[in-house]
Amino acid sequence: MNGSATLELSGIQAGYGDFQALFGVALRVEPGEAVGVVGPNGAGKTTLLRVISGLLRPKVGTLRYGDQDLTKVPAHLLPELGIAHVPENRRLFPHLTVEENLKVGAYAKSARAEFAKRRDRVYDLFPRMAQRRHQLAGTMSGGEQQMCAIGRALMCAPKLLLLDEPSAGLAPLVVQQVFDLVRRIRQEGLTVLIVEQNVAQVLRVVDRAYVLETGRVAAEGKSAELSADPVLRRSYLGMH
Amino acid sequence: MNKILPSILVLALLAGLPLLSLPEYLLHLLITAFLLGLACTGWAMMGRFGQVSFGHGAFTGIGAYGMAMMWNLYGVSPWIGIPISVVLAAAAGALLGWPCFRLRVVGHYFALVTLAAGEIVRIFVTAAREITGGSLGMTPHLAPEAAFSAMQFSKSGFWWITLGAWAIGILVWHLQNRSMSAQALSAISEDEDAAASIGIRVAWEKLKVTVVSAALAALAGALMAQYRLYLNPETSAGLGISLQIVFGAIAGGMYGPLGPTIGALFTIGLEEVLRVFFGTGLIGAAPLIYGLLLVLFVLFMPRGLMGLFESRRHLGPGKSSSTKTPQRVGT
Amino acid sequence: MNIFDPFLIEALINGILLGGVFALPVLGLNLVFGVVDVVWLCYAELVMVGMYIVWYLYNQMGWPLWMAFAVCLPCLAVLGVLLHVLVVRPLLTAPPINQVLATGGVLFVLQGGATLVFSTEFRSLGVDMPPMEVWEVFISGTKLSAFIAALVGAALLWLFLKYTYVGTAIRAIARDREVMPLMGVDPRRIYLIASAIGGSLAGLAACLLLVQLDVHPFVGLSFGPITFMICVMGGLGNMLGGFLAAFLMGVIISVGGFWGTTEWSYVFAFLFFIIMMFVRPRGLFAR
Repeated sequence: MNGSATLELSGIQAGYGDFQALFGVALRVEPGEAVGVVGPNGAGKTTLLRVISGLLRPKVGTLRYGDQDLTKVPAHLLPELGIAHVPENRRLFPHLTVEENLKVGAYAKSARAEFAKRRDRVYDLFPRMAQRRHQLAGTMSGGEQQMCAIGRALMCAPKLLLLDEPSAGLAPLVVQQVFDLVRRIRQEGLTVLIVEQNVAQVLRVVDRAYVLETGRVAAEGKSAELSADPVLRRSYLGMH
Repeated sequence: MNKILPSILVLALLAGLPLLSLPEYLLHLLITAFLLGLACTGWAMMGRFGQVSFGHGAFTGIGAYGMAMMWNLYGVSPWIGIPISVVLAAAAGALLGWPCFRLRVVGHYFALVTLAAGEIVRIFVTAAREITGGSLGMTPHLAPEAAFSAMQFSKSGFWWITLGAWAIGILVWHLQNRSMSAQALSAISEDEDAAASIGIRVAWEKLKVTVVSAALAALAGALMAQYRLYLNPETSAGLGISLQIVFGAIAGGMYGPLGPTIGALFTIGLEEVLRVFFGTGLIGAAPLIYGLLLVLFVLFMPRGLMGLFESRRHLGPGKSSSTKTPQRVGT
Repeated sequence: MNIFDPFLIEALINGILLGGVFALPVLGLNLVFGVVDVVWLCYAELVMVGMYIVWYLYNQMGWPLWMAFAVCLPCLAVLGVLLHVLVVRPLLTAPPINQVLATGGVLFVLQGGATLVFSTEFRSLGVDMPPMEVWEVFISGTKLSAFIAALVGAALLWLFLKYTYVGTAIRAIARDREVMPLMGVDPRRIYLIASAIGGSLAGLAACLLLVQLDVHPFVGLSFGPITFMICVMGGLGNMLGGFLAAFLMGVIISVGGFWGTTEWSYVFAFLFFIIMMFVRPRGLFAR
């Protein structure tokens, strides 16, 4: 592989205090690609996303976005650079309306002027949100909240979308809807990095995936290859 | 208990101070500082477990005015009046604390509720001016013919009383430190829910320490009033005295038994130095520097003066209590 | 008892007017607490500083009153920012007790500083407006205009919080701090903005209090504790709750003063506060 990747991590070590969660993780996301990071609970998947979006600084390692060194950029400037992060458990502002949540998502200076346009686009993408625009976000169902959270992330017109466990806590049918959405978002040309425990589902959406185990990359490859891998099938897909 | 002998020795040495014919002024400062130290010790028994009260002025006020009213209106000797008013203050502490702890009024809320309690006592005293003298203050009737039962002594006599009361405070601290309550409170200060889940009676443990703390503060407040033979709602109750108690405990550090007293000695010493240094010409300079030091203490020496001498291995309970853990996105 | 007693109605109206003035510092404190999660124990002393600024510019320098007011607000905003940068920010990760204590230290600093500069004398603005009479009920013109100004201030704050990006971010950050950078929000900047607004609300409160109250270094103690209580009663950080509780307390104090002395009405108000704490420990309007 050569040329400039959208996102490139190498040798990332990170943790909280004395606890180390990541031991030299390397990862690459090409422009327009959808990449999954799968693995069991506690493998360090969320930590990895926190490192990418600047909420947690790596102790060692490089982290590049295009030709920029992200380890030097404050977290709050990432939306301006085109990186949006939909955090685990969605983390909507429950006491704000749907539209106000979108407004916070458009806080970045460059996004404010485009607010109306992007909001309408989000409403096109999620007609349900348009109906509920004045409803308090906390009163919606889990699936609707997930859509609102994704919509909020889209408000800064990201080039790279980070999704943390978008299927967590949702009914199977809703999970299906969420992944359909991710597919549609991809078609609009966004680069996507998804962290998921729902391996079977995510492998159907992404081009490539990394398997993270106790803070190390245990395997990586094309989705099709991984789905066919007997070891992986046994340990993650529950298939024999 | 190899600590008992040295403790008695130190107390005896302190008790012998008046025999050295110290200047009256020095003895006066020591009495004031040790009484404040007693109140600070009581406060720190709660404070070190994250129960921050801004209302100990309520208890010093109840102690002081309870004692003085009984003496002036009914001629009850302070020897009886002080214990009664200490019990009253403890009851007030319980009355305030029980619902607070049952309903999980903690942190900022608890601090502000106690602040209100302190203000209630202050304003109550001011409002009841027919019997308390209001903001002009009041003096316990002098009784030179019955000095002992009126607890009106010379400075050295009062020093011994002060020392006795202070020793009670230190003793109570030690008893608390050795009790299961200290462990329980330490656990509560880390995580109330977790503490409750392992069978700690959270509200009850908090109530016990509050009652004891209130009683010690009341004892200090009553003795302070009795020593000065003057009471005033501003200096005996309210936010001013509450903050002074808190500052003493913080300045000295709350993690050893002597910390609060050292803090009290420091604050009283500081006030005197500032007063002497600036005299009456520059009123306001003293509180200014006092406040500045409080800020600097909190910023740069959060473990207090005693923290300077503490070694790493000796960390009292509650060391890491009530530190804010930032909320994380995910795990 | 005649409930149409003009004096009682007057007390009621005065209570509402008083509540309007309480509302400003309550909003300021709640804003700062909601955003930064720190109680400014010296808030009433900030108001006191503002009162001295106005008094000095108007009575000593001979400026027009509106100009003194106009200068007071930005000065207090700067003071709020300084307080945040010098005292609060270094303590953001410290235990809450240390934060409260440090701002308590600032309380002494401001009181001491004011005593040094202005002495303990009571200073009065000496401005008064004629009272208005409506059906035998007299309403003080100064109090009424202060009330209206307070309402205007509160309304402006509400518009700001409701309709601007920064305002929306302020309401969001009160619930979830850590997620804010993901929205492109720099929490440190929001803290500064909230501190500046908190300061200017203290400044506005100072202007409105000075027309009805003499200023002296300890004037903060006369309305500081009640301000904190109103905040807690309304729910710390809950702006609307605090706003309504301010009026409730104002009426209690004013009507209480109608039957007894002012001091007893304060005792009554504080007792009411403590009882309410036990009935609604998370604030009157907590869900």
